[in-house]
Amino acid sequence: MSTILIIEQVLNGLQSGIMLFLMAAGLTLIFGVMGLINLAHGSLYMIGAFAAAAVAGFTGSFVLALIAAMVAAAIAGVLVEMLVMRRLYATDHLDQVLATFALILIFSEGTRWIFGSFPLFLDIPDYLSGPVNLPGGIQYPFYRLVLICVGLLVAAGLGLLITRTRIGIQIRAGENDREMIAALGVDISKLYTLVFALGAALAGLAGALVGAIQSVQVGMGEPVLILAFVVIVIGGIGSIKGALIGALLVGLTDTLGGVFLPQLFKLFMDPSAAQSSGSALASMAIYILMGAVLIWRPTGLFGARP
Amino acid sequence: MKLKSLILSTALAALASGASADDIKVGMITTLSGGGAGLGIDVRDGFMLAISQSDRTDIEVVIEDDLRKPDVAVQLADKMIQSEKVDVMTGIIWSNLAMAVIPSVTAQGKFYLSPNAGPSALAGKGCHKNYFNVAWQNDNLHEAAGAYAKGAGYQNSFILAPNYPAGQDALTGYKRMYDGELAGEIFTKLGQTDYAAEIAQIRASGADSVYFFLPGGMGISFLKQYADSGVGLPVVGPAFSFDQGILQAVGDAALGVVNTSQWNKDIDNATNAAFVETFQAEYGRLPSLYASQGFDTANLLISALETAHPDDADAFRAALEAANFDSTRGDFAFGPNHHPIQDIYAREVIKEGDIYTNKIIGVALENHSDAYAVDCSF
Repeated sequence: MSTILIIEQVLNGLQSGIMLFLMAAGLTLIFGVMGLINLAHGSLYMIGAFAAAAVAGFTGSFVLALIAAMVAAAIAGVLVEMLVMRRLYATDHLDQVLATFALILIFSEGTRWIFGSFPLFLDIPDYLSGPVNLPGGIQYPFYRLVLICVGLLVAAGLGLLITRTRIGIQIRAGENDREMIAALGVDISKLYTLVFALGAALAGLAGALVGAIQSVQVGMGEPVLILAFVVIVIGGIGSIKGALIGALLVGLTDTLGGVFLPQLFKLFMDPSAAQSSGSALASMAIYILMGAVLIWRPTGLFGARP
Repeated sequence: MKLKSLILSTALAALASGASADDIKVGMITTLSGGGAGLGIDVRDGFMLAISQSDRTDIEVVIEDDLRKPDVAVQLADKMIQSEKVDVMTGIIWSNLAMAVIPSVTAQGKFYLSPNAGPSALAGKGCHKNYFNVAWQNDNLHEAAGAYAKGAGYQNSFILAPNYPAGQDALTGYKRMYDGELAGEIFTKLGQTDYAAEIAQIRASGADSVYFFLPGGMGISFLKQYADSGVGLPVVGPAFSFDQGILQAVGDAALGVVNTSQWNKDIDNATNAAFVETFQAEYGRLPSLYASQGFDTANLLISALETAHPDDADAFRAALEAANFDSTRGDFAFGPNHHPIQDIYAREVIKEGDIYTNKIIGVALENHSDAYAVDCSF
């Protein structure tokens, strides 16, 4: 196994982690601020991808497609918040899970109703496609480098928003004590709608960015949603920093585990069996990581200490 | 108690069958919603097209959506057999659902005609006299890909498939016919959508060709990422990642890729030409291989009904075995385990106007049966 391959795999892990962060950031904000479990977050990711595919097909512009993805997902998020979620803040988590699970089904079948059952076409624009040569003779797809940069920029922007702005202060205050900031005169329902829209827009952006190198189809959000939940549990619920670290850990564990565990098993097994049991263990790796983190720190890496 | 329930069910059956006793009821359980719905919809549309083109008005088709979940499929099958009283069942797309449903259907004395899934467990020792597969045994298209790779002179293939039974069968099937070296063999996660890690390994492996079995959305993701990576080695795959429903979503990344299929729209016979034309007129899209399988399944059923009613199981079975219908594939016959003996073609992805589609470039395997037929005895 050459150094070049290892560096390339680390980049791959970073890239998948940073896209996971875009999903997990919204999820952790919504859970942290509103105490709400939103299973339909994956549907917002799907809506972003479909909106991007539709707009890219219509206008041919990838930038417009990304904007459309964020706007469409944010609108869907606001509608969901105002029409459904508002009634559920006071109820327990089981009601929220049931209602948001129903939303998954409604969004999936609604999307199929509008766009049909076959996957949609969304491709990388020409100016972002193809490999680039990195120092050390590494060939790496340019688009994936762009994804890493966009993700890091969004993470930095989100960090600034949370720590340096008035809205950020309100969001953090909302996480700590909902009643108190309402008593201080902050319009809590407007704040909730805003947080929901922000989370939804990030999910939509992730869906569009990833949709360009994957397949835009109904149900694409749910596998990512599961990973995003793993991320926020590892990172600590409600923490943006935790979501970033957790997402990178999950991305790297998943990618590197899938590559190196089968290699490791080959040292003492025959290649075919090593490949199959190595990949089986690799798909468990992130859950083992999650278990280990929870034993060490039951509230996650950056979660509030009880 | 037993007698009582027997009388009760007979009475109920008499009530339920308001139509004449000779009517045929077909139960179709297929995937019509969720990620894999495109396949089920194609099978259903092909099947119903053949039914509507026949002059028979005595065939009733009950269609239900299995949501791609084995437990749902099992419940639906029980409901269809016990309360709908269907004579024949069909429709299942996925092998894991087929394994959950087909053995229980045939054990209850009903006929099952599979328009898609052909798991090896039902082709060999687990075969059943009332189970017919009209599509292929699961290994077939992979064997054809291996045969094509051998014929093309590839010496060092990198092969990958998802880590589940059909994925393992796929690599086994490929290796059965391919006799070069393997530059690498990878099992990916089922449902995986990012293949950056695998593509990096392919680049580093020194392979001369890539074989992959990644059905549906997985294949779209892989092909787009592979094309963008600039690796550029020739790719071979089974038709499942290159069917008509998927190609438009892959776009240019699929152009020129060789894939193996038992059917294509340019197979030259009158049945196929009429099928492609009427399907397009009826549904406004080109048919996929799944649609052709649904169409053939319905025509097989209709041909058998011409000679016998399913109530006369032995005669009906013999009529099915004769496979006396005009297949879209041209020659079609059943082997001893009720799986097809057929030609499997190598196709290449081309662009016709704005539409991506396939063109046959040669025959990969002629009159091909499957490796499990010898283990089957009824």
